[in-house]
Amino acid sequence: MSESDFPSLRLVPKAREPQKAKDFKTDQEVRWCPGCGDYAILAAVQSFMPELGIARENTVFVSGIGCSSRFPYYMNTYGMHSIHGRAPAIATGLASSRQDLSVWVVTGDGDGLSIGGNHLIHALRRNVNLKILLFNNRIYGLTKGQYSPTSELGKITKSTPFGSLDAPFNPLSLALGADATFVARSIDSDRKHLTSVLRAAAAHRGSAFVEIYQNCNIFNDEAFEPLKDPATRDDFTIRLEDGAPIRWGANAEHGLYRSPGNGLVAGEVAEQGEAGLLVHDPHNDDPSHAFELSRLADISLARTPIGVFRAVDRPVYDDMMSDQLDKARATQGEGDLATLLAGSDTWTID
Amino acid sequence: MVAMSKDVRQLDRVIIRFAGDSGDGMQLTGDRFTTETASFGNDLSTLPDFPAEIRAPAGTLPGVSAFQLHFADHDIMTPGDRPDVLVAMNPAALKANLEDLPRGADLIVNTDEFSKRNLTKVGYEANPLDDGSLEAYNVHPIGLTSMTVEALKEFSITKKEAERAKNMFALGLLSWLYNRPTEGTLKFLEVKFAKNEQIMRANIAAFNAGWNFGETTEDFSVSYEIKPARLPSGTYRNISGNLALAYGLVAASKQTGLPLFLGSYPITPASDILHELSKHKRFGVRTFQAEDEIAAVGAALGAAYGGSLAVTSTSGPGLALKAETVGLGVSLELPLIVVDVQRAGPSTGMPTKTEQADLLQAMFGRNGEAPVPIVAPRSPADCFETALEAARIATTYRVPVILLSDGYLANGSEPWRIPAVEDLPDLTVEFTTEPNRPDGEFWPYLRDATTLARPWAVPGTAGLEHRIGGIEKADGTGNISYDAANHDLMVRTRQAKVDGIAATIPPTDVEDPDGLARVLVLGWGSTYGPIGAACRRVRREGLSVAQAHLRHLNPFPSDLGDVLRRYDRVLVPEMNLGQLAMLVRARFLVDAISYNRVRGMPFKAEELASVITGVIEEVNEQ
Ligand code: SF4
Repeated sequence: MSESDFPSLRLVPKAREPQKAKDFKTDQEVRWCPGCGDYAILAAVQSFMPELGIARENTVFVSGIGCSSRFPYYMNTYGMHSIHGRAPAIATGLASSRQDLSVWVVTGDGDGLSIGGNHLIHALRRNVNLKILLFNNRIYGLTKGQYSPTSELGKITKSTPFGSLDAPFNPLSLALGADATFVARSIDSDRKHLTSVLRAAAAHRGSAFVEIYQNCNIFNDEAFEPLKDPATRDDFTIRLEDGAPIRWGANAEHGLYRSPGNGLVAGEVAEQGEAGLLVHDPHNDDPSHAFELSRLADISLARTPIGVFRAVDRPVYDDMMSDQLDKARATQGEGDLATLLAGSDTWTID
Repeated sequence: MVAMSKDVRQLDRVIIRFAGDSGDGMQLTGDRFTTETASFGNDLSTLPDFPAEIRAPAGTLPGVSAFQLHFADHDIMTPGDRPDVLVAMNPAALKANLEDLPRGADLIVNTDEFSKRNLTKVGYEANPLDDGSLEAYNVHPIGLTSMTVEALKEFSITKKEAERAKNMFALGLLSWLYNRPTEGTLKFLEVKFAKNEQIMRANIAAFNAGWNFGETTEDFSVSYEIKPARLPSGTYRNISGNLALAYGLVAASKQTGLPLFLGSYPITPASDILHELSKHKRFGVRTFQAEDEIAAVGAALGAAYGGSLAVTSTSGPGLALKAETVGLGVSLELPLIVVDVQRAGPSTGMPTKTEQADLLQAMFGRNGEAPVPIVAPRSPADCFETALEAARIATTYRVPVILLSDGYLANGSEPWRIPAVEDLPDLTVEFTTEPNRPDGEFWPYLRDATTLARPWAVPGTAGLEHRIGGIEKADGTGNISYDAANHDLMVRTRQAKVDGIAATIPPTDVEDPDGLARVLVLGWGSTYGPIGAACRRVRREGLSVAQAHLRHLNPFPSDLGDVLRRYDRVLVPEMNLGQLAMLVRARFLVDAISYNRVRGMPFKAEELASVITGVIEEVNEQ
């Protein structure tokens, strides 16, 4: 593929020749723990990138600190492994000054929601053209196992031997509250689904926020097991599809309905029929639909929607920034330094 | 004409201070008088002094806002110690400023504000205008408010609006008194109030009424003239430090050929740099008002990675927040300019008051061995050249540079000889576009043999894809390395790179006119004017003294140690508790002595002169 099929990447130069997953691999030894969910995500991203059809050298991965933030070292693109929590801020400066780049941020639940929470929400509200992948493993891995802002209340960890007292964040609700224009969720182990979500994120112009449930087999193993175990996954996972009625279960026997009180209720399609099923519309300008869906699952993961919750168009920060520059040049002409320095009030001494 | 009947007396210099309530428009009045004075061709220096509160309670001491201007027919170095003329718009302004007024000075007082209530508010038991306590001064009691209201009665504006024009009445009066050109102010008022013609005409009328009052009143029997200064030939303008700094950055962008990116978070007294740069989009300047100080420097660093001339501007508290990212910049070895417009600290301190107590923070305020070059401007206009110098160092050596300005430089102003664009230094930057290894590989940490700078290869350059990060890197390849010997090498190399900058900076500029001085006064930053003025005074008394002023604080000029050792005594006056003194003592084992004041205000030349004299006498006795 030499042309990008992604209009969102229209300002990014095309790849000169088709690329393969292996073109995106580096010679660096990958240093995550064996069995870590990060491997699967890395493989999914490496094999997805060629699909974008853009020049590899115009792709940049920026990360903060944490296990997930080692990601850029393993991508044969440009990359920066920065400091804890600051990747969205650094990427904002890069993306808004270089529209010819495809900029990806890799972060985790501690990096993105705790120390860097402020930068994350501000990048989202500005709608900077960034693809933000938040690997959520509900634990601090790199510092060896303290509870994180997404850990469940009462969680016993090294720093909370008597149980954590913090109510967890719901990352998607938070992103939606920050007016993110693209919000999605996927799972490390489901390559096909993850790739489809990455594709949708790349196709979105503006900030795309993707939460990826990622297993930390060392400090929080099986945190997302109900979504993976063949015995439970069909009952626990709701696969959202654009324009489709929301239903799930091995035989799509469960469905989502609007209750008389206007909330959402799960019901059995056999009993309640297909006509009343709630249809998923990620393009609804009103974020309440996406927000309701983000609240559907509780910490036990029962009824966890995955897929694209929201994808709407809103002016993009980088585009507006460069439009202002273009407009200033068009209306006032290119800046002239000598004129600027002289100003309007001068006097001359012979 | 009446004017002709009054004498015009020649003066060589005058110091005027306008003081009033925060809402009285004193800064504007001072600015206008300055512009008139600049266009007349005097040398000048200004010192705005205002409270941090936008509108402190009216009529109170904390609410007093003042603007001091020193202008002369010769070159001057400071805004002056003590005003020859004080304009006091209310009792609070009188009380707050009287202490600085020398005997015999002119005191113009707005009598309308000297009500019982206003007097009590600031603790005057009796009216100082009546009780003889101002006998030492040449008092001009004038009903500035009532005369303004009277002069504007035919305008269809409210009484309040008329009263508000009293600052223009005062400006008109002072403009008459010192024979200032008025066209500029009239034009300014036309533009400023273009949207409201009544207000515009009222302000012009108030200004003219003030001028005419000067001409007709018996109270002023003479007016004064201060001839234009004989400064080096050229075209001049008046410029404040923050404006000069912003222009210096735009110029640096042009000279480097790199687009300018400013990441900033509003903070006093640095915000004007953000305001100014946000206007210059036609120069390709991108300004990003970040969510916090950390994001501001982070975005700048991101832009630097992308090939912009990246800048973040802040004050001391913001520099503290940016420390970790500046450290990342040291490790990534990317060019970044960090502007710290210092203010009185610690913590929030006194945001509108000046200080130079961030030197050690700039020097050492990061984890690990994280050396950064530091430069400091010496005067408002010098902020321009210092910004270019910061850009030169940052881009040549791929390193964050800290530029230490301060509140006095930021808001103070002086005439600036506008440089010809052709004369600005060529700072052209070449990105790396080719592999740098014989085997065709690209190593992001393979250094230039002379500068020790690493290549700057920006995203979008095919074949040079690479990853950088804050983890220690292997020399050359830049791959992650925890090797002990490599870390030792990298720490020393980053230090050597910064030390090596000394090879490209000029030798210490020592002013020692008769070559007989045994005492050297060493300074940095905004103390240049007061130290220089003090040295002139000392020399006028027949004593010898040398002055050296540092632009480069890290690294120091290579010859600094030798220079310091040439003198029997080195005196370091600083608006901190001895930070430069600590550095030179540690570095050169020179027994430098400190003179320190942290009062939120620049040094007074008179005070420094007596300190210097004391040191000289002591040395001469030995
Ligand atoms: S600690 Fe957990 S998240 Fe980190 S690499 Fe190991 S398994 Fe992965």
